[in-house]
Order: sequence, then structure tokens, then C-alpha cells
Amino acid sequence: MLLLNIAFAQDHNPYAGDPKIAKLGEFQFRLNCAFCHGLGARGGGRGPDLTRAHKRHGDSDADLFNTINNGVPGTAMPANGTTGQGVGMTNEEIWQVITYLRSVQVKAPVKPLGDAAHGKQLFYGDANCSGCHMVQGKGGRLGPNLTSVGGIRTVEYIVDSVRNPNRRLAQGLLEATKEFPQEYETVTVVTAEGKEIKGVALNEDSFSVQMMDASEQIYLFEKDKLRSFTKSRTSMMPAYGTSLLSDKDLQDIVAYLVSVGTK
Amino acid sequence: MKGVVKIGCVWLLLAAGAFAQVTSTRLINSGKEPQNWLTYSGDYAGHRFSALDQINRGNVKTLEAKWVYQTGATGKFETTPLVVDGILYGTAPDNRVFALDARTGRPIWLYQRQLPADIRPCCGRINRGVAILGDKVFFGTLDAHVMALDARTGSVIWDITAVDYKLGYSFTLAPLAVKNLVILGVSGGEYGIRGFIDAYEADTGQRKWRFYTIPGPGEPGHETWEGESWKIGGAPAWITGTYDPVSNQLFWPTGNPSPSNRGAGRAGDNLYSNTLLALDADSGKLNWHFQFTKHDEHDWDATQVPVMIDDGDKKLIAQANRDGFFYVIDRSNHKLLRANAYARITWSDSKDAEGRPVGNKNGEPTPEGHTVCPGALGATNWMSPTFDSQTGLFYVTAREECDVFSTAPQPYEAGHAYYGSAYFPSDETEPYWGAVRAIDPANGHMKWQFQDTSPSWSGVLSTAGGLVFTGDSEGNFIALDATSGKSLWHFQTGAAVYAGPMAFAIDGKEYVAIAAGSSLYAFGLP
Repeated sequence: MLLLNIAFAQDHNPYAGDPKIAKLGEFQFRLNCAFCHGLGARGGGRGPDLTRAHKRHGDSDADLFNTINNGVPGTAMPANGTTGQGVGMTNEEIWQVITYLRSVQVKAPVKPLGDAAHGKQLFYGDANCSGCHMVQGKGGRLGPNLTSVGGIRTVEYIVDSVRNPNRRLAQGLLEATKEFPQEYETVTVVTAEGKEIKGVALNEDSFSVQMMDASEQIYLFEKDKLRSFTKSRTSMMPAYGTSLLSDKDLQDIVAYLVSVGTK
Repeated sequence: MKGVVKIGCVWLLLAAGAFAQVTSTRLINSGKEPQNWLTYSGDYAGHRFSALDQINRGNVKTLEAKWVYQTGATGKFETTPLVVDGILYGTAPDNRVFALDARTGRPIWLYQRQLPADIRPCCGRINRGVAILGDKVFFGTLDAHVMALDARTGSVIWDITAVDYKLGYSFTLAPLAVKNLVILGVSGGEYGIRGFIDAYEADTGQRKWRFYTIPGPGEPGHETWEGESWKIGGAPAWITGTYDPVSNQLFWPTGNPSPSNRGAGRAGDNLYSNTLLALDADSGKLNWHFQFTKHDEHDWDATQVPVMIDDGDKKLIAQANRDGFFYVIDRSNHKLLRANAYARITWSDSKDAEGRPVGNKNGEPTPEGHTVCPGALGATNWMSPTFDSQTGLFYVTAREECDVFSTAPQPYEAGHAYYGSAYFPSDETEPYWGAVRAIDPANGHMKWQFQDTSPSWSGVLSTAGGLVFTGDSEGNFIALDATSGKSLWHFQTGAAVYAGPMAFAIDGKEYVAIAAGSSLYAFGLP
């Protein structure tokens, strides 16, 4: 099957620019891709925003075909028809989806939003993002690793996550290596000795919890041995209002994340 | 001479390896041999209840693993094993069938069907178990064969092709043996099949009857399908039904109409999708039916075990349905007695004249997509409930989740997945969670719940020891107090549970078994 697909794959989309084909592609997209990439291809629970002109795994028609058909090793992107989630696509249907994606993607590469170099300074300096977030192996561990976020989330999503971190808690699935359906929920426990510990849940079941506190200490508890256990959907991340972080500075930080994430 | 034979028989029985035929009378009277687990649900009524009480509220905290059998298979391990006189029979992914010494977990034989590369399993290369009758075990395959194996050796006795798998048909359920027949319903609601329930002669494999779950031209109910949509309308029957020996009726539930999430093109009620069928066991003729969710657009298969409950003079049938309602039907007059929501639902806020929940506008999938509760996987799914006549309670695994349902036109293509939609998690709602819930069938009210961290795929077992056993998606196997729902014991199996627990006894010792990950675990007292 795979060999056949390669044999018949083409380098260029035979339907490029055809709006009728794009509509068919939209239907195929809903059947096969929207579960992760969201309706409208603007990113979902686990898949990147595909309306960006720059695709992380290649922008050409042939790159897109290959990404859809063969998946991307090391990420959550499966090969065509292997997930049980979508229905699987013929080569023709893959080209329909590519035609659709071209019809919704922004026309030009995202303009530099701000000053990425200044954003990096802020990230590791005054804004103290790196206290909790890692980018390219450097930074804290309490919050999600942000190395790829600039490439897989919309700018609006990132801005919203900084201004209103409680609106939508980050999901572990954002990171390909973190396969639990766990979100970055805030956990507060009081131990049998009366010590209160607050942190982020790394994992949890009915009987135990694994968590990390702000000093990056890992704690492992059996729930029935705790005096109290509470979970909250108020993030440990402070809401960065404009008094803490100006719109301009936030733009610079986003520019930095986009520059790293789209490399 | 006679005396020698007699002594020989006694010796064999004591060795707990004796092979006694499993007669249809034994299946009817399974309650008289609680040491054995003879059918998928433990009895014909679908109770999944064990009368064994050696493991009980008082001592369950000392329960420990007695053995673990590694299947070597990956994927969801959904079997409910059978146990007959010391031998355990189970199935594992990729159509493995195994027989074990139930005391030690040591294999006696293993059979694995070599499957074609292009089978169409919608939801994993799974299988839920075997049926046993006489000296044969029976199972259905992912390439839509029905097979009989010799119970002592695993040798193939017969192998018949039920239907062409390339059109999207498969078998995943455990068959049900009734009288001299082996009964199975087909899977494939994701492929635009025409569903059916088949009965085969146990001795020969010859098909005795087939009931198409979608009526053909001229048959009553055919008018509930638009145009030619009946030919590809789904209505699979992929969970093991129950059987009433008194009326000689099978109660068999059916699944979603196809395409699962798009009603355009199949206007009408779409009989007998999402329906409880009452079939004559000898002929397969339809005696009566009750359709739960009419013209379904959410993939809410009614493929949950229909549980027969006798309450004094009342002969009831109860089903906790994937659509979020707990239905109780009087099986003497076929009338719906009540339908109570047992999980969060947003799709219905009214009932029809019969008391059946009716969909509202908020429930219909749209091209843009919008949020509906329960989600596509339902308020429960195929995992077995249990009914405990001692507490009078019905226990079910409930899933609290909502999804965004969107719809898209999709042409039918033979053998190709056929959904007409996509669904995906909603970020408008709380994170998903689940619970084991105890429901009183007399009024549909919830007595207690035990909350799971995330939605579970485990079935539940109740026992005369005052216990309810369940599993969770975090890998725990858990014993609950049947009257309070309090957790009394748990064991971390290491993988999410996708199976129903069962219980058996050998040499006077009770065991509880559960499949998880790629392993089958048996637990007992120290």
C-alpha cells in the first residue's frame, strides 16, 4: 500500500487553486484531520495550526503530501489511515486536502511580530518566563516546554495563554513526548504532618498523585495518607496583564517563540 | 469392571482437569455452578454477578495476584474469559485464543488465526471472548469467519465464512451458545454494512438463520430508510446479547446507523438501528423490538448488554444506554417503564408518548460543529454493567465527556470507512472524567458513585461477597463496597483496563480475573 502510494505520488498538486476541489478537501479534512488540527485547520487539542504559510515539516506540495501520507516520526502525526480516528485517504483525497489547506493558509509568511532578540531577553530576564518554561533545553520545568509552541499554535492562542492562563489549561499532549491526557492543573496537598505543598500535577489516578512544586521538587503521594488533596483549574502561572507585560513586550516574546518554533 | 470405570471417573474429577461436556442445560442453570463462568456475562440474564462470597468486604484488602498470563499481544485486551471445571478460555488481540490451567495460569493450548493484511477493524484488532458448548469453543474473527475449536486441544473443528470482510464486516464479540446454536452479531458500523445476527449449528457450522437488522424491501420497517440507504445503513450487533429460556427469546441490541454522524440521505427512524431486538432463538424471527435512539447522528450504538431483571412478578429488561439514559422495559408487554439520565446529557429535554427521550435542536451535528453531551464514545459504551440481586442495584461505568460534532458529506465506497463526520474533544467543557454508578432499577435513581480520574473502559462485576470490581484507565483494578461505593482494595496492573472482570473457583478457592495491557491477571486470598 505504502509502495503504491509513493509510486503514484506527485510533486505538484494537480488540483492547485480549484475551489471545488478545496471544498471536497475541506470535507476530507473534517473526516481525517480535524480531530487534532481543529475545524478550519487552526489547531486543536494536539495538532498545529495549519493556516500558517510556514509548515514545520516542509512547505512544498511534495512535503505536505509526504507529511500527510507518511506521518512525522517523533510526533503525534500518524501516517495516513493508521489511527483509526480518520477514515484514511486515497492519493487523490490527500491532494484535495492540500488544496483545501492552501485555500485557508495565510498568503505571506507571518510578518515579524516584534523584536525576537528583545523577546528572548525578556523571556530569560525581566518577564521571567524561563523561571517555569524551557525553550531549547534552557529554562524551568514547572510549565510546558515552549520550544515548539511558536510553530504549532496561533499567535492569538499564545497571547491568550499569557494574558488569561486560566481560560484553557495547557495540555500535556502539546508535547509529543508527554502522552498522558493530563493538563497542567494546580494541586494543593496537606500532608499527614500538616505541611502544605502546592504544585502542578504530573500524573494522577484515584489513589496517588505525582506532582512538582515551584522549586521543581517532585512529590509522590498516596491520597489516603494525605490530610487533604485539592485540584484547581486556576493555573500556577500568573496572569500577565498589561501592567506586568506591555503589549509591545508580549509581541516581542511571541516573536521570539515563533522564531524558535518555526525553525 | 464397572467399579474400575467409576473409580477412574472419580479420580479424574478430583484432578480438576476432567473434561465434562458443557451442555445447554448447564448453560441455563449456570447459577448452580458458581465456580464456573460459562458465558460472556456469566449467565444468560446478563447479570455479570458471581455467587461466590469467599472474597468479601471483610477480607478483600488482603487480595493478592496469584498469576499473570502474558499474551504477547499489543492493543486493547478486551476478553472476558470463561472458566469450565478448572480450565480458562480467553481471547487476545489478533484473534488469539488460549486455554489455561486456571489455577496456575499455565497455557494448555494456543490458537492464532493468521489474518489477511487488509482486514477492517474499526477500533483495534480486538476480540471479547469465546462461547463454549459440548466439547467446542467458538469465536468470531476479524476477517468475518466463525470458528469452532476443540476445547481440549485448540484444533480447528470447523471454519466458515460468514460474509466478505472486504466490505467492512468483522466479528469482535463473544458468541452466545443457546441450545445447539452459536449466535453472533456482526461489527462494521463504521463501514456502511448491512448488519445481521447469525445462528450456526454448533456441531457442523451450518447456518441455521440470519436476521438482518435492516429490513429489506417489503418487510416492516423498510420504510424507515430513505431510498437505497438501507443497503449500507449499518445497524451492527457487536455485543453479546442475553437469553430468556422461559420464552426462548434472545435479547440482542444493535448499533448505529451508517454513516454514523450524518443523517442526511437516510431520513427516517432507521430501524432496527440502536434497537433492542427480541428474537425467537430457534428461528431468528423478530417477536418485538424497542428502538432507543431514533435516526441517530452521534454514533450512540445501543450495544450495551440488555440485563434481564425479575422483580417479583415484574419481568424487566434494563439497559444503561450510550445516549446517557437508563432504560427499563417491561418484557412481558414490551413497554418502556422509564428512561432516566444517568450522566450529563444535552441532546434531549423532552420525551415522546412512549416515554422515550426525544432529541432537541442542540443535539444535531452541524457543518461548523458544536458541543453535545454525551460525546461520541457515549455515557457508557460496550463495557458490561452488572446487576446484583442482593443489593437490587445495577452498576455501570459512566463516562462524563462531551464532544464537538461536525458533519461532512461523504460518498459511500465499498469497504471504506464511512462516518460522514468528525468529532473531537470540546474545550468548552470540564476535563473528561468517569465513575462507576449504582442505579436503582426501581426508580432510575443513582444510589452512589465511585469517581474515576478519567473515563474508564472497564466493565463491572458484582459478587455475593458484597463487592463490585472495576478497572480504570489509569491501570487500577479496584474492589468497591457494593452498598456504599467505597474503595476497599486496588492493584496497579500497569495498563488501562478495557475488559470486564469475572470470578471463578478451583479447589474451593475463589479467584477474580481481569485483562489489562497484554496480560490476564488472577487474584485470590493469601
